[in-house]
Amino acid sequence: MYEMIAFYVFAVSTTILFAITAMSKNVLYAMTSLAAGMVIISGFFFLLGADFLGVVQLIVYVGAVMALYAFAMMFFDATRDIKEKHGNPALVFLLGGLMALIFVVIFSAPIIGENVKANYPIVEGIGNAQAVGMVLFTKYLVPFEVAAVMLLVAMIAGIILAGKKMDHSLTTSDDEPVEYEDELLKENK
Amino acid sequence: MESLVYIALFAPLVGSLFAGLFFARSPKNILVGVVTSALIGVAFIASVALALHVAEFGAINVTLMEWIGAGDLSIPFGFVVDEVSVTMMLVVTLVSTIVHIYSNGYMDHDKSFNRFFSYLSAFVFSMMVLVMSDNFAGLFIGWEGVGVCSWLLIGFWYHKEDRPFDENPSISPSWAANEAFIMNRIADLGMLVGIFLIYWNIGSLQYDVVFDALPHLADGILVAIAIALFIGAMGKSAQFPLHTWLTDAMEGPTPVSALIHAATMVTAGVFLVIRVNPLYAMDAVQGVSLFIASLGAFVAFYAASMALSARDIKRIVALSTLSQLGYMFVAAGLGAYWIALFHLAAHAFFKALLFLGAGNVMHAMHDELDIFKMGGMKKVMMGSYIYMGIASFALAGLPIMAGFYSKDAIIETAFNEGTYIIWAILVVTAGMTAFYSFRQVFFTFHGEERYKALGFHPHDMYKYVLVAMAPLAILAISFGWFMGSFHDFITKALPDYEMSHATHHWAWLLGSIVIVLAVTGIVIAYKKYAGKGDKAWKRDEKFEQSFIYRLVTNQYYVPHFYDNFISKPYAIISEKFWKLDMAVVDATVDFISKFIYKSGDVSRGMQNGNLSSYLNWMGAGTLLLLVAAALAVVVG
Amino acid sequence: MIGVEHYLILSGLLFSIGFIGVLRRKNLLMLFFATEVMLNAVNIAFAAISNYYGDLSGQMFAFFVIAVAASEVTVGLGLLIVLYKKYGSLDLQVIANMKG
Repeated sequence: MYEMIAFYVFAVSTTILFAITAMSKNVLYAMTSLAAGMVIISGFFFLLGADFLGVVQLIVYVGAVMALYAFAMMFFDATRDIKEKHGNPALVFLLGGLMALIFVVIFSAPIIGENVKANYPIVEGIGNAQAVGMVLFTKYLVPFEVAAVMLLVAMIAGIILAGKKMDHSLTTSDDEPVEYEDELLKENK
Repeated sequence: MESLVYIALFAPLVGSLFAGLFFARSPKNILVGVVTSALIGVAFIASVALALHVAEFGAINVTLMEWIGAGDLSIPFGFVVDEVSVTMMLVVTLVSTIVHIYSNGYMDHDKSFNRFFSYLSAFVFSMMVLVMSDNFAGLFIGWEGVGVCSWLLIGFWYHKEDRPFDENPSISPSWAANEAFIMNRIADLGMLVGIFLIYWNIGSLQYDVVFDALPHLADGILVAIAIALFIGAMGKSAQFPLHTWLTDAMEGPTPVSALIHAATMVTAGVFLVIRVNPLYAMDAVQGVSLFIASLGAFVAFYAASMALSARDIKRIVALSTLSQLGYMFVAAGLGAYWIALFHLAAHAFFKALLFLGAGNVMHAMHDELDIFKMGGMKKVMMGSYIYMGIASFALAGLPIMAGFYSKDAIIETAFNEGTYIIWAILVVTAGMTAFYSFRQVFFTFHGEERYKALGFHPHDMYKYVLVAMAPLAILAISFGWFMGSFHDFITKALPDYEMSHATHHWAWLLGSIVIVLAVTGIVIAYKKYAGKGDKAWKRDEKFEQSFIYRLVTNQYYVPHFYDNFISKPYAIISEKFWKLDMAVVDATVDFISKFIYKSGDVSRGMQNGNLSSYLNWMGAGTLLLLVAAALAVVVG
Repeated sequence: MIGVEHYLILSGLLFSIGFIGVLRRKNLLMLFFATEVMLNAVNIAFAAISNYYGDLSGQMFAFFVIAVAASEVTVGLGLLIVLYKKYGSLDLQVIANMKG
């Protein structure tokens, strides 16, 4: 009962919040609702017994990602409403609605595979964080390390793209390398 | 001995490649003519050596290499040199050598001199493969090879314009070449069917295996094989109704006509029947053999009758070839295979000589072919006159000459077999042969000098050419004298054929009937065409308008018939089918390409550079996949 | 009792909302928000299935999704800044210069 109330409250609020994210013309509203929605999603994780995942959701998404968005917002004009031309809004909603319908139909059908055996069953008696740690550092060690490298690469990329020389971007350099070549040639002579 | 076989076989190929690879684009080079002639000469010498060896030790079998080996099918590149093939080899290489030397003079002024020798040697090689192969597959390769070379050589002057049928019955060299090739193709289909039948029923294509297995086959299959193979022979040897190509093939250069369309290739059909004699000698296929003989007799007469009125010097010779091929088929059909082969060889010699003589005349007259425009040329062309005279005597079958022995043997055979109708036809044809061959000689070399009015200044061929022709003349005279030894030699490989006592008894009479008729023919021809002054020949306009004359000059309207009842309806049907093809097949293909083109054109609009619209398309695609997944779940 | 279907349907609905966002947004920043929504929706489904089967693999996948999302945001935002500096706008219709 308790769980049911929580689920429905969370479900309704996330739906509304995400709908605002998808529809709002104002960037600040959209971002705020997205952040709020993510907080509530962590609530789902707690409901589902994935405590660690919920915490990570809060820290990484709400803490890091949204903070990143917030900082990025400083570059853009956030106060102004965003003007978007919508060529064919009916089509978009038709497609989206159709997709939702299909999901509902598929998922409301009885799930096959009642007797699936868990590869990494949740061990009784120990906390979720402990169990996750055991699986993550044994079975998923390699993907974990790869993910770490990926994050490192992403960090370097982010620094370079939005790096120190803000007025002299490396990626959109207008310098003509021909000049350097000429100078090199001169030096060689 | 094995190396001799390969020398005889591959020397012509080497010559052809030498001319074709190194001199294809260079201007006339006398070296080409000399080298190819020499290589054919080498092949001839090798053949002579092989003949001596075969006469002493019997047949030689060699296998060059495995050619086709797939499952049960095993066809080696094998060659057999026995009495039959060595005879053919001798004939082919000897005539080829002389024709090669002759061509050096004849093609002297032609700008495609090198090309000519390349083709000619390639032909000799193909012919050698044909006669030497020890299996039907190799025979067929040679068979097709000579067909291709014949096509190349008939159409040698492919650049000549087409002329209407009334003016020139063989329209143009390229037309004639195509006609020859297509006619042969029709016949070759029959031959292929025969070969398939053999393989189907026996499982091998080696001659000896096939001949051993023949007695175990059902009668119906034997008859089918015999008919199918003979259809192939009919095409190559230009037997009725596939004969029209041979006279048209005279569009090619005269040495080609001499070598291919008189001495060698056209006799391949006869050779085939001789080669497969164990089949045609069987009781079950006696009907087919009799048909071969009857058809041969018919063609002999039919061609001779056309030759009576022909005006084209080469056509006359071509028709006489046709007629003589009929004789050969009579002998082969009646079971006298060795006589057929004997006549084949004798005919090759004197007919090649006749053709080369005709070539001399043509060369002298600047490619004028109409004998009505010649006459009295013996003064200026003594050498050619003598050669053509000898050849015509041999063709007419006068005593001492080669033709006398061989042709007389065939006529006797017809008598001996009791097929008196065939015998009668052959005897009459012999008279006609004498008439038309001497009509040509007298028209050309005797009588009024009609060419003078037309402004020709004929001169005889180069000396070395005339000398080179001498062996043919000698053989045209003397080949018959060796009939006895040839008989002893060849009957080791071919079934013997002896005349009965009754025939022996009447032989002198039969021979004299033929001689009397032949002499009569010659005398009539002399009276009519050789006179001068008052007695000079004049055109008989009234006779030329008569039905029979027109029937004969128009080749019995057979070409007209083919044109109107086969070619034209075929063209009309083809046009209809072409339209159908355009409407259905072509349109389908066009539709596919247009559809793809259009769809590309339309979908290019998707590529508008706007990420949002790309995302929309992607979303639509994702949705499509989802629907598919959902359906899969529901259905499956 | 809340079954797994409830979570899955909710996940589907949220995903569809994100999907609509992706389709209709012309502003790149807003488009990024929409993708975040989609990623989160998927995470719910992973967690729910993990819970349902008593298997931790679902949660592992959710972790990796979060890691990917974090990297994506880092790089994506960097690119957005570069683009904004170049065009002075984040509207896709303005940036559309790859017309075929």
